[in-house]
Amino acid sequence: MAEPGQSPMAARGLARTMAHFWMILGVIIVAFPIYYVFIASTHSVQTILRPPLPLLPGPEAAENYSDAFSGGIGRIGGVSLWRLLGNTTLIALGIALGKIAISMASAYAIVFFRFPFRMACFWLIFITLMLPVEVRIQPTYKVMVDLGLIDTYAGLILPLIASATATLLFRQFFMTIPDELLEAARVDGAGPWRFFKDILWPLSLTNVAAIFVIQFIYGWTQYLWPLLVTNSNEMNTIVIALKKMISFADADTPWNLVMVTSVLAILPPILVVVLMQRWFVKGLVETEK
Amino acid sequence: MARIELQDVRKSYAGQEVIHGVTIDIANGEFVVIVGPSGCGKSTLLRMVAGLEEISAGTIRIGDRVVNTLEPRERNIAMVFQNYALYPHMSVRDNMAYGLKIAGLSKADIDAAVARAASMLELEPFLDRKPRALSGGQRQRVAMGRALVREPAAFLLDEPLSNLDAKLRVQMRLQIKDLHLRTGQTTLYVTHDQVEAMTLADRLVVMDRGIAQQIATPHEVYTTPANEFVAGFIGSPAMNIFDVRSEGGILVLPGGHRVTVADPPPDGDLRLGLRPEDVETVSDGADAFPVVIHSVEWLGADAYGYCVIDNSDTQLTVRMPGNAPAARGDRLKISLSRSRLHFFSKEDGRRLKAQRAS
Amino acid sequence: MRRTVFPHKLLPWLLLAPQLAITLIFFYWPAAQAFRQSVLKEDPFGLSSAFVGLANFRKVLSDPAYLNAVQVTVVFSLLVAFSALAIALFLAVQAEKIIRGKGFYRTMMIWPYAVAPAIAGMLWLFMFNPSFGTLAWPLRQIGINWNPLLDGDDAMILVVAAATWKQISYNFLFFVAGLQAIPKSLLEAAAIDGASRRHAFWTIVFPLLTPTTFFLLVVNTVYALFDTFGIIHAVTGGGPGKSTETLVYKVYNDGFVNLIMGDSAAQSVILMVIVIALTAFQFRFIERRVHYG
Repeated sequence: MAEPGQSPMAARGLARTMAHFWMILGVIIVAFPIYYVFIASTHSVQTILRPPLPLLPGPEAAENYSDAFSGGIGRIGGVSLWRLLGNTTLIALGIALGKIAISMASAYAIVFFRFPFRMACFWLIFITLMLPVEVRIQPTYKVMVDLGLIDTYAGLILPLIASATATLLFRQFFMTIPDELLEAARVDGAGPWRFFKDILWPLSLTNVAAIFVIQFIYGWTQYLWPLLVTNSNEMNTIVIALKKMISFADADTPWNLVMVTSVLAILPPILVVVLMQRWFVKGLVETEK
Repeated sequence: MARIELQDVRKSYAGQEVIHGVTIDIANGEFVVIVGPSGCGKSTLLRMVAGLEEISAGTIRIGDRVVNTLEPRERNIAMVFQNYALYPHMSVRDNMAYGLKIAGLSKADIDAAVARAASMLELEPFLDRKPRALSGGQRQRVAMGRALVREPAAFLLDEPLSNLDAKLRVQMRLQIKDLHLRTGQTTLYVTHDQVEAMTLADRLVVMDRGIAQQIATPHEVYTTPANEFVAGFIGSPAMNIFDVRSEGGILVLPGGHRVTVADPPPDGDLRLGLRPEDVETVSDGADAFPVVIHSVEWLGADAYGYCVIDNSDTQLTVRMPGNAPAARGDRLKISLSRSRLHFFSKEDGRRLKAQRAS
Repeated sequence: MRRTVFPHKLLPWLLLAPQLAITLIFFYWPAAQAFRQSVLKEDPFGLSSAFVGLANFRKVLSDPAYLNAVQVTVVFSLLVAFSALAIALFLAVQAEKIIRGKGFYRTMMIWPYAVAPAIAGMLWLFMFNPSFGTLAWPLRQIGINWNPLLDGDDAMILVVAAATWKQISYNFLFFVAGLQAIPKSLLEAAAIDGASRRHAFWTIVFPLLTPTTFFLLVVNTVYALFDTFGIIHAVTGGGPGKSTETLVYKVYNDGFVNLIMGDSAAQSVILMVIVIALTAFQFRFIERRVHYG
């Protein structure tokens, strides 16, 4: 591996230093946009509108954030920042927990029972992978109107909790449970509910955590769906609200508050991903493979 | 405790019958071992008794109840699995207590039962550990303990020792035997290992291709195998079995050797069985035939000579004393009248008659 | 196939019911409606409709605006998939060489995964906004006339950058996992055989990564086709002058903003065919690697 005239150790050391250099560059590219918006959120509108932006946090942080939380956002978007964060959290949690519940139940049925049309049901669920919202926008909207789900939390959450991905992951995991474990439990007297509660659920916790992270992010970052099924500003998610703020942008737009909103739209999912990194990475890489 | 009765029990998968009508009557407190080569249906039979596998026809009784359609938990049985099937997230204590908890026993009763089983199996130091922190032998004991705490009507074990190394297997075999003597539990034990089968069983069920070939005490199975399969399967090294012809008191052996026998079988073509350990060598005689040794395995106390009957390619294994082994190329003469002989039908392999050495 | 299962017959249906209900109501029924509408033509008031066969498809496929969207989508998807894969693979290979600090780099790399596509687009728009973007400013200083709000190519560059940026994390995690799965002994054997690092990478590591790369290629294509709707919608709105109008954006625009149902439905069906083809392709390939019992 060493180039002629170079000791292998030196070559390896150099390669490692170069690797660090590239990684740092990569991290800067990846993290800079997020850092940039954070910096912007701590400056006044005047500073933001006069490029280049300083690379360090400005003095207006406290002022910007307290203004944003105490009604500043409501003046631009017509709905308070609290409400936006609340809506988005509720939707993200609803989608994540709902998905876990219904996909675990269906995977349990498919793996641990035998009944007519079992594989047909599996395929019915599997094929939904091929029907993302984007390819059936208009007719799905019509269903929502007919069911009276426009501008409701149910309308924002329910259609998104059917997930082939989560069902597939649980199915795959359930199939790795040895037959003997189920047999031992049955000899011990456990029925379907006890087996699930006492054995399968504790063994699934890592997978549940992983799916929770992935689906929380999925829920938090929804865009097209909330755009379709909400008309009232009261039902906006923070992402949609942000989009509405910048699309009506004019000279008077309080960019400092827009930046604060951006930071708050980004921060919660980032925290979830970073704090639950171990499960998230495992879940991501294993779900998709 | 209870007796277990299987009456013409059959199992079919997709129209293909794999268990062809097995009838066994296991007495209260009896230790019965089902032994056979892999794929003979022994595990399926055990799992049908446990209720993990539906039966296609026949009747299974545990105690006085027909259990054909009962769930495993309603059969009042305990089972030890080949890979132990311990719940990985539960401590040893919780693993053992789980069945009792489901049965709704009081905390005090559960603790007492677990303590008793743990002391019997010397598991006390490990009660709070998780299965992954245990060695193979310890896990095996936990699996036994989980079965023991239940005080079930019957104890079912599916190859419980096959995942252990040889030394531990001997140790656990003795412990299982000892446990059975102490608890007097009706036990059905499945193994492919004939040493386990012979040493543990009150009675053996030798299975092959879905049929119980012989149901008898280990002694009887060894001395009077019911057919050629049982004769060949039980005993190590395996019994020598080859074609002979009986002609009025004379046996014609491979290679054309004509040998007189004291108590001759009926005339015609048949199969002669001769255990390596029953072979007697002599210097000469009308009842003897020559073999040539082509290799010798010396094991210490004994040696096995792998021979060929002179003028033929029929192989024959002979046990010899370890202190005077022969060498390759040596010739031996084997006496039939002083050896114990087994005759089997050439058509269906059934035992013809017991031949007793004079 | 499991050997042992519970004998209940009704319970599994109860367990499946919620997922099946949601799937049927919100997936199959609308998809069927899309198929139905794609062969119907509604009168302008939406009062009656007539069967027109493949007329809607013919109309869509000969519409220059649609062909423009196809072209935009192909360019956009290729650029995003290629850049996101190349950058992530390069960084993953660098990360593999590092012994200390690997965890730190990984943590720093995964942030964008948590950022909504629409917000990713807005972040890049903030940075490259022609009037106050800090990074647009130096471009102007050196005489580049940069304006993604008016120039189609600039707009395309901006949305490609934002879409690529967001997808690097995901690809990076998969490439790192893929690289870790390659036995070190293979690289040691190559080193003993005298292969240089670069040579070993292209002859051993890269071929062994093919399954991962292939998988990611499909995922990235699907991502670029569908998930980037938010970026386009939030940043350019398909403009300027339809220069960033992708297929998905056009379906939305025709069905929702312009209310041309038949056309929009026909476009939906075409998109569905594309997704089915991609998924089938991916599944065939997953089948070969993962055994679904």
